[in-house]
Parts: sequence; structure tokens; C-alpha cells
Amino acid sequence: MALLQIAEPGLSAAPHQHRLAVGIDLGTTNSLVATVRSGAAGVLPDEHGRSLLPSVVRYLDGGDVAVGFTAQAEQSRDPHNTIVSVKRFMGRGLADISEAAAQPYRFVDAPGMVQLITRAGPKSPVEISADILRALKQRAEDSLGGELVGAVITVPAYFDDAQRQATKDAARLAGLNVLRLLNEPTAAAIAYGLDNGSEGIYVVYDLGGGTFDVSILKLTQGVFEVLSTSGDSALGGDDFDHRVYCWTLAQAGLSGLNAHDSRLLLTCAREAKEALTEHASTRLTALLSDGQAIDLTLDQDTFRDITKTLVDKTLLPVRKALRDARIGVDDVKGVVMVGGATRMPHIQKAVGDLFGQTPLTNLDPDKVVALGAAMQANVLAGNKQDDDWLLLDVIPLSLGIETMGGLTEKIIPRNSTLPIARAQEFTTFKDGQTAMSIHVLQGERELVSDCRSLAQFVLRGIPPMVAGAARIRITFQVDADGLLAVSARELTSGVEAHIEVKPSYGLSDEDITRMLTDSLAHVQDDIEARKLREAIVDAESLVDATRAAIAADGDLLSADELAGIEAGLGTVADAIAGNRTVAINEAAHQLNRLTETFAARRMDRNVQRALKGHNIAEL
Amino acid sequence: MNFDFKQDHFSLFGLPRRFALDAGQLDSAWRTVAAQVHPDRYASAGDAEKRAALMMATHANEAYRTLKSPLARARYLLLLTGVDTREDTNTSMPADFLMAQMEWREAIGEAKDDHDVEALEKLARELHRDAAALQQQLGVALDDAGDLDGAAVLVRKLRFLEKLEQEIGDAIESLLF
Repeated sequence: MALLQIAEPGLSAAPHQHRLAVGIDLGTTNSLVATVRSGAAGVLPDEHGRSLLPSVVRYLDGGDVAVGFTAQAEQSRDPHNTIVSVKRFMGRGLADISEAAAQPYRFVDAPGMVQLITRAGPKSPVEISADILRALKQRAEDSLGGELVGAVITVPAYFDDAQRQATKDAARLAGLNVLRLLNEPTAAAIAYGLDNGSEGIYVVYDLGGGTFDVSILKLTQGVFEVLSTSGDSALGGDDFDHRVYCWTLAQAGLSGLNAHDSRLLLTCAREAKEALTEHASTRLTALLSDGQAIDLTLDQDTFRDITKTLVDKTLLPVRKALRDARIGVDDVKGVVMVGGATRMPHIQKAVGDLFGQTPLTNLDPDKVVALGAAMQANVLAGNKQDDDWLLLDVIPLSLGIETMGGLTEKIIPRNSTLPIARAQEFTTFKDGQTAMSIHVLQGERELVSDCRSLAQFVLRGIPPMVAGAARIRITFQVDADGLLAVSARELTSGVEAHIEVKPSYGLSDEDITRMLTDSLAHVQDDIEARKLREAIVDAESLVDATRAAIAADGDLLSADELAGIEAGLGTVADAIAGNRTVAINEAAHQLNRLTETFAARRMDRNVQRALKGHNIAEL
Repeated sequence: MNFDFKQDHFSLFGLPRRFALDAGQLDSAWRTVAAQVHPDRYASAGDAEKRAALMMATHANEAYRTLKSPLARARYLLLLTGVDTREDTNTSMPADFLMAQMEWREAIGEAKDDHDVEALEKLARELHRDAAALQQQLGVALDDAGDLDGAAVLVRKLRFLEKLEQEIGDAIESLLF
């Protein structure tokens, strides 16, 4: 094992050293990884020069896993063990998957999320996504020649809490430090260089392989403020393929196909759709397993007719987003097209007609999200100090709780700027009641059964009192990633019982460790060594950050406080030198606690400074 | 914790403590504060700073949301002077106001039954005008006359109109989407 380099305390390891960070577009059909090098964002290709990694995972005999083109090539031959479009199943139960019957997979329902039976055993969508992310991480580390500090992973803006949590869990499982979950349309807006002096309202229309998003952004002096977002997390290019597939079945009079043939025809359908972007008509040919030959011709007009309802289905969320942002089409300065599916000419026409202007398509719609994510990762990793931008994103769907009679009460309305917190007080219904059941939901509908259930938990230990006397305050905090944390306090007893509630479908740290052990046992990696490496990287960056803070704002500390923090820094340095994971994490945790007040004072100073500069500028 | 959560929302954004407000100035002060405290600024910082940033950014967003809405702003100003608007418990209203409320409800119900989005949009515009008039009066009561009791009544009235506006919005949405 290589010796670890440790800088002398006080001479922190090159603070302006470029930190390797990537942006990952974890797509339904294709995934990409991009980074910023010498100031320019670029997609990292594989060893054959291909940028896209098909989001296809195949589980092979002997425990091997194939990801990407090699897996895609075998999907007709091995449909049960080759998973495509896994993104559609993220954070979803069996009941949510409408087209389940048409899929060649063997699903089993599991608590919180569906699982797929493969020859490698039951796999959750989180594990399958982690295999894709692992391949991208490997590609990045090979081509950048070092370990990544972190990654920005993009998610559809319309993803709910369950889908976001699943994505973050997949990244952790793949060993990635998630700097941020970034909404895909917002990432695209960054990549479009809309920060370069562009001001005004822009619409991002993002039709990917399996998800549709629309976001309305207001750009002011480097601030990207999302005004509203809407979409459909189960509508995308795949559905257009499916329409062509159904058309093929009808034209050829086919029914009851086996898994191999239906996968084959779906692939033909996708190729036909892509061909129609450039050509007025295309031929569809296939040889089925019973020897029957399929040979059909599909033209632009027919294609437009059979997919018209899908295009219309995307325009509804667009109107809804405009309404939520309280703007009309005339207020829109530009419309950005994102996602491979927006290459379809009739989609560009429909969007152009709605807004009365030609949509912007000058960046590759497949790459734009990954490029934007890379630019944001570069900022978050601390590589860009000046003239960076700020993203103010929103929560896409309202959060609420169940009240009497199966109704939801909204606590946080959709399109609220993140981060946001709301507290709600509850009381007991019966004399002597000591427990209370809380059901957290996400969605816009009035009935509990029409919303997504995020978490259900029981508060215990309420002091027995007469009905209505207890006061329990529950706080819902949604962070910048759009992820929810719930905490509860009992206010009357004087004792503030504080509990943290994680949504039930999220993976616990133990789950992650177990899955990591399972997957790493195969790769023969040393999990302990990896944990140590991670602890050292984290602790070193904490030491760097603390030293930089003291250099900049040390005057905010009393001599005692400074001495305390210096001692904490010393403990961390000693722990790193000792190469013991637990000691390093403990020392870092202590240092974090020691610097809490300092951190708050510095932020306050920055706010005051910024506001002063601001007021003078306005005079 | 040094960050002064006790300072009022107006001081946070460096604005005068009054109902009349320059919306552009509020927007730009909010963006300035957000740019300092947003968790993205602390993505590679320690946990302590991350926690502080999350708390402060949440606080700044809440302050912005409160000041941006005329109803919430008036309610907040009254709260700062120790006046509780008691919107949930005090529902006694002048008879003519209640009559007008019933007429609004009927009109909304009819337009909804007729699936008439245009009629609903028209009602929303009328309601918006009425709300603007109430806001005008609130400005006078709070900033000029110092009539806190009068302002509290106006807040309760405005709350009614806001609920109606919400109802119209929900009705339009259920018809359109």
C-alpha cells in the first residue's frame, strides 16, 4: 500500500490545488460523467471515445456485472438479467409501476421499493443504479488520474423525496461523496451559459428517456432563481418507443410475444424513432424467434399521429408551471431544449408554437445536463473562488401530513424556495394518550391515498395528560437537495424530547455498509482501507477549511477560543498520523463542534458585509 | 450562536420597518443574503458550518417569504408591536363584509359547476382588485395612522380574500390539469 502524504500542520496541503470533482447525469437511457479542466467543462469519454454510457446493467454468471454497451448488446438474449431504464423504478413500489406487465422483468415487492429478481439475486433499483455510478466513477478516476473529492448528481426536478433519497443512497453505495443533488433543468440552465450577462425569464423543457421536467428560471446578476417547476416523472422518450412498438404489434398482428422478441421489437422501435429525426420515413425490420420476419415502413406523419397525445401530455405541466410562476408566455425570453427526446421535430414545433419563438437547441441535448452538473461540482468543490453563481431551487411537490378522515394538510407548499423549514404543533386526542402516529405525504391531492407516502412514524413517551393538553411540535426541514428530515419535540413537559426521523425507504448507514460489503467482497477491495482513506480526505479538508477561516476571520475569536480550536486541530493532525479511522472521525467531529460558534459568527459577518456593499452600491 | 435570530426580518434585509415596501429592494437584499448563507457556499466546509448555513438560509428564506406577502408582512408588523391578529379565533366581521363573502362563494361555486375557467379568471382579477384596496388601507393604518386595531381587522379581512383566491386557484387547476 502506498504511503499517505501528510502535510505539516500549519502548512496545509496546497490550498489552491485543483480538487477533482465531477458532474454525473444519471439518465433513464444513458448516463454521462463530465468535469471542468482548465476552466472548460467537458464530458469524459470511455476508452473507445464514446461519451454516453447506456444505463443498462447485466448480471452475469459468476458474479460479474456488465454496464453500458456490452450489457445493452445482450439485452434481447438475456432480458431477465439485463436491466434497462432502472431510473423508472427508483423509490417506487410495485403498485406505482404502471407498465409492469409490459416489462420483461421479474419484480418482487419489498418494503419501500420494488426489487428485480436476477441471477445475482434480488436487486433493488438503488443497487442497480449504484452499478452504473460505479462504472462512471471508475471512468472518471481513470481519466483524471486521481480520487474524486465529490460529485454532483442530477435528478429530474420533479423527483419526489423517495426518488431523491434513492438516488443519493445509490451514490453513497457507489462510494461517491455527493456534493449536491442538482435538478436537471437547473443544470442545463448553467451549461447554457445563461449566467453570462443573460437576464430575464427562461424556460427549460427537459424530455429525457423516462422523465419530463419543465422549470421556469429567473436570472438576475448570477443568481438562478427557480420560480416554478412541474413535470411528469413517468413520461419520456421510452414512451415514444413504446407507441411505435404497439404500432408494430398492431400492424404485424402480433400478440403474446416472449421476453426476447418484445425486447427486440422495442429496440427496433427506438431505432425507428431516432431515424425519423433525420428522415421522412424509415424501415422497421426484425426476425422473431419463431422465424417470422417483420418488415414495416413508418413515416413522419404516422409517427406524429401515434405520439400526439404524449406531446400534448408534456404541454400541460408547462402551462401549470407558467401559472405557478404567475407569468405568461410573453414574459419568456428564451426556451431551452434538453434531453435526447427533444430532437424529435414535432416536439420542437409544439414547444415553439406554444411560446411563439424558436427554442434554443445549440448545445447537445444529451450532454448539457452533465456539463452543467460538472460546472456546479467545480464550484462546490471550491475550485472557483470568484464570480461564481448561486442556485435557488424549489421543492417540486407539496409536503403534508395526514389528518382526520384520510385527508392531507399541506405543511410546505410546492415551489417554495429551498432550504425551507416549517413547524406544526399537534395535540392529543384522548386523555392519557402517550403515543401519536404521524404520516408524512408528498403530492398535491386532497386524499391521502392520492399522495405519495414518505414516512410513517409513531411518537412515543408523551407525558399522560388530559386530551388536548400536550403540545408536540414537529419540524419539517427540507435541505438544498430537496431532502426531508423530520424532528419532533414535546413542549409541555419541560423536557424537550428530540427525535430525528428518516423517511422509511431511505437506507440506514448499516444497510449501506452491508451492501458495500456484499459488493466489495466480489471486487476484493479492502473496505477498511477505503474507510480510512475517506476519513483522512475528509479530515484534511476540514483542517484546511478551519485554517483558512482562522486566517480570514481569526479576530472573531477570543484567545481562549482560538487556543481551543488550535488544540482541536492538533488532535486531528495526531489522529491522521495515527492512521486510525475511528480516532480520525472522532477528532474531526470534536473539531466541528469546537468551530460551531465561529462558523455562525463568520457567516453573520459576511451577511453584514454583503448588505453594506449592497446598500452603498444602490445609492 | 451569534447570528442574530432575534433581529427582525426588516433589519435582516436592511429595510425600514414599515408596511410600504420596495419589492425590488427586498428581492435584491434577499439574493444578497442568500448568496452568503446558502448551503452551496459551504459544500466543502465542516459539518458545523454546513449546519449553520442550512439554518441561516432557511431563516433568510422564511423572512423573505414573510415580507414578500402583504398579508404576512402586515401580520408580522403587528406581531412585532405585540398585537395578535387572532385570525383563527376572532371571526366576527361586519355584516356587509360577510354578505360579500357569501356572494363571492356563490359566484365561485357557479363558475366551478359550469366548468367556466374564464369566469373564474375574471373573479380572480376582481378579487385581486379588492385585495389591493385593502392593502392600501393597511398601509395607511400601519404606516401613517398607527391604528393597530384597525390594521388587525384589515388583516382578518385580507385573510378571507386570500382564502377565496386559493379556492379560485384550486378550482381553475382542477379544471385545467
